[in-house]
Amino acid sequence: MIQGTVLNAGEAEGPVLALDAPLSFWGGFDPRTGMILDAHHPQRGVCLAGVILLMREARGSGSAPGAIAEAIRLGTAPAAIIFVTPDVNLAIGAQVAETLYGKACPVLAVNAGDYEILKRAANLRIWRGGAISPEAV
Amino acid sequence: MSLQLDDIDTALLAGREGKAMQLAMRLLVQAAEIMGAPYLIPIRFAHIDACFYTGRAHVDFARYLVENGAKLGVTTWTNTSLVSLADPALRPETSDPEMVNGARELMRLYTELGCKPTWTCAPYQLPGGPKFGDHIAAGESNAVSYYNSVVGCRTNKYGDYLDVACALTGKVPFAGLHADEGRRARLQFDCTALPDDCRDGDLFPHLLGHRMGAIAGSRVAVVSGLSARMTKDGGKAISAAAAASGGVELWHGVGVTPEAPELAAVFNGGETNVVTTDDLRRAHSQLSTALDGPLDAIALGTPHFSFAEFGEVVTLLGGRHVKTGLPCFISTSRAVRKLIAAKGWLATLETAGFQIPVDVCTYYSPRIPALRGRVMTNAAKWAYYAPGMLGVEVAFGSLRECVESAVAGDVWREPHSWLMR
Repeated sequence: MIQGTVLNAGEAEGPVLALDAPLSFWGGFDPRTGMILDAHHPQRGVCLAGVILLMREARGSGSAPGAIAEAIRLGTAPAAIIFVTPDVNLAIGAQVAETLYGKACPVLAVNAGDYEILKRAANLRIWRGGAISPEAV
Repeated sequence: MSLQLDDIDTALLAGREGKAMQLAMRLLVQAAEIMGAPYLIPIRFAHIDACFYTGRAHVDFARYLVENGAKLGVTTWTNTSLVSLADPALRPETSDPEMVNGARELMRLYTELGCKPTWTCAPYQLPGGPKFGDHIAAGESNAVSYYNSVVGCRTNKYGDYLDVACALTGKVPFAGLHADEGRRARLQFDCTALPDDCRDGDLFPHLLGHRMGAIAGSRVAVVSGLSARMTKDGGKAISAAAAASGGVELWHGVGVTPEAPELAAVFNGGETNVVTTDDLRRAHSQLSTALDGPLDAIALGTPHFSFAEFGEVVTLLGGRHVKTGLPCFISTSRAVRKLIAAKGWLATLETAGFQIPVDVCTYYSPRIPALRGRVMTNAAKWAYYAPGMLGVEVAFGSLRECVESAVAGDVWREPHSWLMR
């Protein structure tokens, strides 16, 4: 069990997807399909819907909160997001979406060592207090 | 260190002022905890970005606020929109009804909330804004940089929703650029060795800003060797270019910006980059992706054109007409368009063949078919974003080059001695 810092509270479980490069949710991601759009991103075309998304850091954009909120509304968002460098924008967008649509998308931060451990899991479960555990498929 | 809230903050959080204000305070507390702020501080002013439509969630958020008793805590102005209420033809409803109607609805909701409908990315050109030393909340990257740097206000770059939460509560987390320590420069750009004809030209602030952003990233920078005669439009160009190519939210100009009467006031020493004409020549070629040749359009006014810049264009035109059929846009705010109309310049420019859209930005909300092919601009920010967003090729040049090229219909280049060397 790994303890994360809660940036936006909630419970989730799903398959792990670790990003190989930072992603800007505004412009680099399509909320209508849940896919990575950014032509320069190594995982272009990958769908983020329902995954436990591991990204060391976000690429900053002031419009990212709207993109994640829109994706949560449409059901194309990751089930949860885990950072190393905490990101205000995605946490705020997730909080707004939860208030408006009643759908939670937990956002957490973990240290770099724990991040490497989580990356190797196939599935993860996130508990409300920020505990993260590997789950059997 | 845990976050200290006062009685008013706690009351809002408990929902005593309604669900909208509760959400606003919840967002503020959430951000403050992530940023490690010890407490919240009051602000005087806000410029919000969440009025720019990016999807249905933006409209739902604004409607939730209006329907649940939200009240603005401070004077709040609005950034550009996706559509123009003054000129519906800029984004015809038929192009994407859901988006166009959503964007109009969003403008209506924020106006109903009590925002001053400025719809501009250059709010600092309007009278009645914040002053030196004021804590404010802004979200538009060039406005954040200009307010922090040129005016000497204090703001972080607040993303969508959090910007509105700050405007409603009238507070921000005390962190980052609100604190003295966060405002000290981490690196220096030394321009003192550049030739005067380079430093005095209007290309210079755009090229310097582009270079600065690429090196500084989001670090606070200080520039030495700026001309004491640098105009507000020069400050706008540096702010916009450095915020686009990097993420610069504050730069100091020694002897030019209010917090930096001398280098030691903002810099303890450290990384120093000597800026050379080679660096600026490289920046120019990065921004100018097109070969010189016949033009398909001209796009000026990113960020929104100022009154002074309109005056320069009128003078440079000298009564001539742009090439017949060449789409020439100058985007600005309603407020500035009103001023130039009173001066007679609006009529002059429209007669000469310019179109002056308001409320919008030309790389988000153009008459789409017009902006394609080879487009000329004097703005580093436009040159940075437009190739990706519109798929155009950019000919970047000085304002004089843009005006002469508009008349000729073909890229015209001034023989800048420093650029040619």
